[in-house]
Amino acid sequence: MDGGCRPLTGEEQDLIELEHVVRTFCSVPDKPPVAAVNDVSLTVNDGEIFGIIGFSGAGKSTLVRCINLLERPDSGSVKIDGVEMTALKPRDLYRARRKIGMIFQQFNLMPSRTVGQNVAYPLKGSGLTREQQKRKVRELLDLVEIGDKVDAYPSELSGGQKQRVAIARALANDPTILLCDEATSALDPQTTGAILRLLKDLNRSLGLTMVVITHEMEVVKTICRRAAVMDKGEIVESGNILDIFSEPRHPMTKNFVRTTSHLAKLDDLIREGSPMVQLREGEVLVRLTYYGQTKVEEPLISSAARRFDVDLNIVLADVEIVADSMIGGTVAIVQGDSGKIDGALQFLRDKNVKVKVIKDARIPA
Amino acid sequence: MQESLLELLKAWLPNLMKRLPEFWKATCDTLLMEVWAGSICFALGLVFGIVLTVTKPDGIMENRPVYQTLDKIINLFRSIPFIILLTALMPLSRLIMGTAIYVRGVIVPLVFGATPFFSRQVESALAQTDKGLIEAALSMGSSPFEIIFRVYLRESVAPIVRAITITTISLLGLTAMAGAVGAGGLGDFAIRYGHDRNMVDITWVTVVVLVIAVSIVQWLGDRLARKHTH
Repeated sequence: MDGGCRPLTGEEQDLIELEHVVRTFCSVPDKPPVAAVNDVSLTVNDGEIFGIIGFSGAGKSTLVRCINLLERPDSGSVKIDGVEMTALKPRDLYRARRKIGMIFQQFNLMPSRTVGQNVAYPLKGSGLTREQQKRKVRELLDLVEIGDKVDAYPSELSGGQKQRVAIARALANDPTILLCDEATSALDPQTTGAILRLLKDLNRSLGLTMVVITHEMEVVKTICRRAAVMDKGEIVESGNILDIFSEPRHPMTKNFVRTTSHLAKLDDLIREGSPMVQLREGEVLVRLTYYGQTKVEEPLISSAARRFDVDLNIVLADVEIVADSMIGGTVAIVQGDSGKIDGALQFLRDKNVKVKVIKDARIPA
Repeated sequence: MQESLLELLKAWLPNLMKRLPEFWKATCDTLLMEVWAGSICFALGLVFGIVLTVTKPDGIMENRPVYQTLDKIINLFRSIPFIILLTALMPLSRLIMGTAIYVRGVIVPLVFGATPFFSRQVESALAQTDKGLIEAALSMGSSPFEIIFRVYLRESVAPIVRAITITTISLLGLTAMAGAVGAGGLGDFAIRYGHDRNMVDITWVTVVVLVIAVSIVQWLGDRLARKHTH
């Protein structure tokens, strides 16, 4: 990880530490309780944006609520900055929560209060004078670029504007952590993009640590460096976003990655018997996948074609930037002499491209 | 002009015009019952409604014994017909108010009759508060008491005003019934003269006065509720 998005403190510092957290619900009486979160351990470093992704019902919302104890774990430990949250007395817990902002899918602004009053809500009891509170509210609203709406009521705002107000409110007590529970799921793609940019900026400028819960791979891909994939209350895979994307291991993760990649269309094309993937004799259909380490600056495909005197006909391509690295791949039909095709594929493998032969129409030697 | 109007009223409403002072007294008695019983009932009902809301399962101060007890008591008093409550509570009324008749004597049964109803109204008004707001307030470090005052009550002004409107109007009905046991008021007036002595004009005028009272309360309530809806 590079130091671009966090103040350089030298070493990674754990800010949020969950250990063996279990949270069960008795939804139906007389039935055994269901574990919404089942023995989850994870750490979030100071200053990073950590994603938790899963389909609805995977337990991610419950998990994020275990961080600020909106849901009290049945067992396990929740440490924020070294402090065991589950051991705090109510009064201390309320104080600790002021340093953990939270935003929601449905924004949860109070309809009877104006934008300014909503943002001022958590400032009561902060020790600021009325005048200071007013100034703070202005600053916060300017920070989220919605300074002109201070006297509007939430019902007069669009979804994106509401989420900006909610962010300002969550930041009122200068928290160190911001929990985002499906914060963009109720927004259209364009607004989602704008809110994600804002979150990324806040992470950078305030050194704010974020935990982002989402069912949209797009969101994780855009702003997270590390993420965990959740399924049925458990974390099935976690690590650098880049690794998760380029080499998903768990079927659930693969599923998620597929939802965002155009390359997944290949399977459909093959199943439908599309003429695009019909091979003539001697041709090979391959999928070339790039990793973080792949040297994509080099013209790999044309080099391979030139050096080995083969033709590569690109059927599908999807390359994108994830965590400042290029990942993705192409699907291509390789035409040429059988031995030379092997050579070309080996050349690509040597350049750290993952090569998978999908269909081989060469006559076996 | 004025005299001719008076003559007209005397011709149309002969019985009422002969008993005008008594009619004013009855109207004032009804108003008095309404204000006293209403104020006590609103204060108590608000507290009970809040307690029900916060102690119910999944509430912010979940407490099964408190919730169950209050819930059952309210159901009990809601199922007793008011006319029975009126007589059954006479000893309690004598104990608290010193008398079981007139306006003073009927305040206790009126409060017992209307408070459970209003408590339920408050409970359902508060239940309209979006759960997400409570969650947001908790996440901002609000204590349960803060949430009661700064979220539940603040966000429920309009529905609570509507609950007060409904309860005030139904309380008006109860005060009329209370007349039957010697509380005085418009109900008593209408029964004694309008019904017992078949003075139809008195019945009509009483009804008109009550309709006007209900309309005013409803209009005020609607206006206030609208003012607090954003």
